[in-house]
Amino acid sequence: MPVVVKRVGRMSAKVETKRKRGPGRPPKTPTTMVSGVNDMPPTEDLVSMYKDMLLIRRFEEKAGQLYGMGQIGGFCHLYIGQEAVVVGLQSASAPGDTVVTSYRDHGHMLACGMDSDGVMAELTGRAGGYSRGKGGSMHMFSREKNFFGGHGIVGAQVPIGVGLAFSHKYKNEPNVCMTYLGDGAVNQGQVYESFNMAALWHLPVVFVIENNQYGMGTKVSRAAAGRALADRGMAYGIPGRQVDGMNVLAVRTAALEALAHCREGNGPFILEMKTYRYRGHSMSDPAKYRTREEVDAMRKQHDPIDQIREILKDQNVDDARLKEIDSDIKAIVTKATEFAQTSPEPDPSELFTDILLPLTDSKLIAKG
Amino acid sequence: MAIEIKMPALSPTMEEGTLAKWLVAEGDNVRSGDVIAEIETDKATMEVEAIEDGKVGKILVPAGTENVKVNAVIAVLLEDGEKSSYIKAISPESPVTTPANRPANPPANSPTTVPATAPTTIFAEPVAAADVSWTGASTTLTVRESLRDAMAEEMRRDENVFIMGEEVAEYQGAYKVTQGLLDEFGAKRVIDTPITEQGFAGLGVGAAFGELRPIVEFMTFNFAMQAIDQIINSAAKTLYMSGGQMGCPIVFRGPNGAASRVAAQHSQCFASWYAHCPGLKVVAPYSAADAKGLLKAAIRDPNPVIFLEHEVLYGQSFEVPDDDDWIVPIGKANILRSGTDVTIVAFSIMVGRALEAANGLAEQGISAEVIDLRSIRPLDTDTIVASVKKTSRLVSCEEGFPFAGIGAEIAMQVMEQAFDWLDAPIARVTGKDVPMPYAANLEALALPQVDDIVATAMAACDGFKG
Repeated sequence: MPVVVKRVGRMSAKVETKRKRGPGRPPKTPTTMVSGVNDMPPTEDLVSMYKDMLLIRRFEEKAGQLYGMGQIGGFCHLYIGQEAVVVGLQSASAPGDTVVTSYRDHGHMLACGMDSDGVMAELTGRAGGYSRGKGGSMHMFSREKNFFGGHGIVGAQVPIGVGLAFSHKYKNEPNVCMTYLGDGAVNQGQVYESFNMAALWHLPVVFVIENNQYGMGTKVSRAAAGRALADRGMAYGIPGRQVDGMNVLAVRTAALEALAHCREGNGPFILEMKTYRYRGHSMSDPAKYRTREEVDAMRKQHDPIDQIREILKDQNVDDARLKEIDSDIKAIVTKATEFAQTSPEPDPSELFTDILLPLTDSKLIAKG
Repeated sequence: MAIEIKMPALSPTMEEGTLAKWLVAEGDNVRSGDVIAEIETDKATMEVEAIEDGKVGKILVPAGTENVKVNAVIAVLLEDGEKSSYIKAISPESPVTTPANRPANPPANSPTTVPATAPTTIFAEPVAAADVSWTGASTTLTVRESLRDAMAEEMRRDENVFIMGEEVAEYQGAYKVTQGLLDEFGAKRVIDTPITEQGFAGLGVGAAFGELRPIVEFMTFNFAMQAIDQIINSAAKTLYMSGGQMGCPIVFRGPNGAASRVAAQHSQCFASWYAHCPGLKVVAPYSAADAKGLLKAAIRDPNPVIFLEHEVLYGQSFEVPDDDDWIVPIGKANILRSGTDVTIVAFSIMVGRALEAANGLAEQGISAEVIDLRSIRPLDTDTIVASVKKTSRLVSCEEGFPFAGIGAEIAMQVMEQAFDWLDAPIARVTGKDVPMPYAANLEALALPQVDDIVATAMAACDGFKG
């Protein structure tokens, strides 16, 4: 697959090769679109990405089914269609890098390596869930896997991600925080407060804008003024790229560039992932704001999993191997579902735990 | 006509300052805008400019004079043609405070020795309130200094402690609470933020998730309303939502409550807002010793702590124990004055007024017990209830609004736990249920005063005194 980097807008097409910039300097060019890949990763890496994406797809399909059966309550925002984004990012990340996102978060958790049993059991509100049934779909965390949520307020995860990046820098860690936000969140004021501080202090944070075209039922063009969302950091000197977010290798290429930029101490980077969610905003969304044809066209022509499956075939991964992978993934999801259905509900005593951490230093403890 | 130059106020709460230096001498000609003197407060050094052209006729307050009251005449300018004989009749109008009005610093353990002052005082004079458990040496410090010392000591102790906020570093703190910290700890750990409360509050939460220990200063808690989503939804709730994984060791601190003449948007007590939410601790110290000990406890606490200071108290002095490890545990009230007839509970600035009211009540033959809550959440209901079981009457004091205030919660708790011991309805003294007005007379009416506490406590005792 060739490198395809082209300017968006009316500028003439040009492949941009020199991308390194000093901190605080504005991007030299308008937004560029990353839609291809420089170097084809080893086949086993491709297989791994395929597995991760397929797991998210099958997991989310099952979650949707369980929601329909009344086994998952509340809000449930599915990631189907957007799998290439988080998997591409994670494939480019390094150990110790941190991830924080909003409430469409199941895919991110699985891509971070969190156990599908624990995620599914949290969706069903059971004791075996990551938050022991107290967080639900939108609020799950794993310190062990460097996944910091799972946050339910649109945009609120963005300053938190900048804080995680701050802690990386403060502790001289070579790590980057990947902070995900949607095309709806980009209009929240705190996002720009975050851009400003991240750029001002050269913090290692990649802002990954998952532009799935709709903020709930509002098309981006009806909510967001100005140019591409990738350009929203221009005033702060934050470089941005638009990326074909349905193509996991394009995502990976862009992520490698962005993460290297951050790791080298050049401050934040913005990646606008052009992606699409096949399902409604949440399970209760009838999605009347778009046509069935639009969704079908996206599925047929741009499906991220179909795309990587074709690449695998080109790399001589045979049908038997692909079938075996499908069957393995199905087994993982079946196991997770059974676990989520059989794990007990949290003990009533859990109602009053985890409100405050206990004090261990006796000097801090108020005595009668 | 000679022009009087008066001691200027440099801030809404300044009442007096030091005339540090004269830059002109008698006989000098000055033009409007010329700097003629420097004055100092505990917060800052400021220049005084001539406001009209003229000749310095007489300097009435010599350089180096301390405690010069705002509005005292400090010099006289003569206009063209005026002779200095015009000013002979002018004399300084008591520019220096008398020792009787100086902040009192009686020995520790003896808060009851403070002399009673007129009950019409708007802002109570400070009263020493060192912890009764301390018997070692102590030093007189302002609340401002003690807060700074607490942060400095904890920053020396733990390199993951840092402070961020508006003007905390190079400016040395909008209210000078962070004075000197930048010099000692450097820009990595003492961080000036842009004016972006929601952003830096959220950044602090993320840093706390990243295992740092942020102290986030709000220039005042009025501005923290911009950040309250991050404080409640992110800092307070995430531990629960994560099944206990995501502790958030962070301190949000800054001045809270009414300053002076800054009107509705800058004068509000937020104690009940934050105390309402599980997942937060809320403290509101009165004395410098408690300010220091509680702030150190807050910084070491693994949970988010809302630390409510009071601008009017910053400059007030108290005895503070000489102990680098001086900790006041969060959640423990302090009985500052023992009494038998009525219990008065208060926090922050209202503690001083409650102590003053207790003196007034004593003159009326009523023995009041005064409890400094110190911590709003957890609330030390044990201490309140034990006191009510002794006195059978309770008056709750707070600067905040009455509706759903801290007093309402205290009344409910006491009703639940000590109903049978009560001999009178629980009464509360609060700020009036109005946005804070600007006009001086209206502001005084809106704020709970010493007289209000005296009257409310007497009403509670009415008919029950033998």
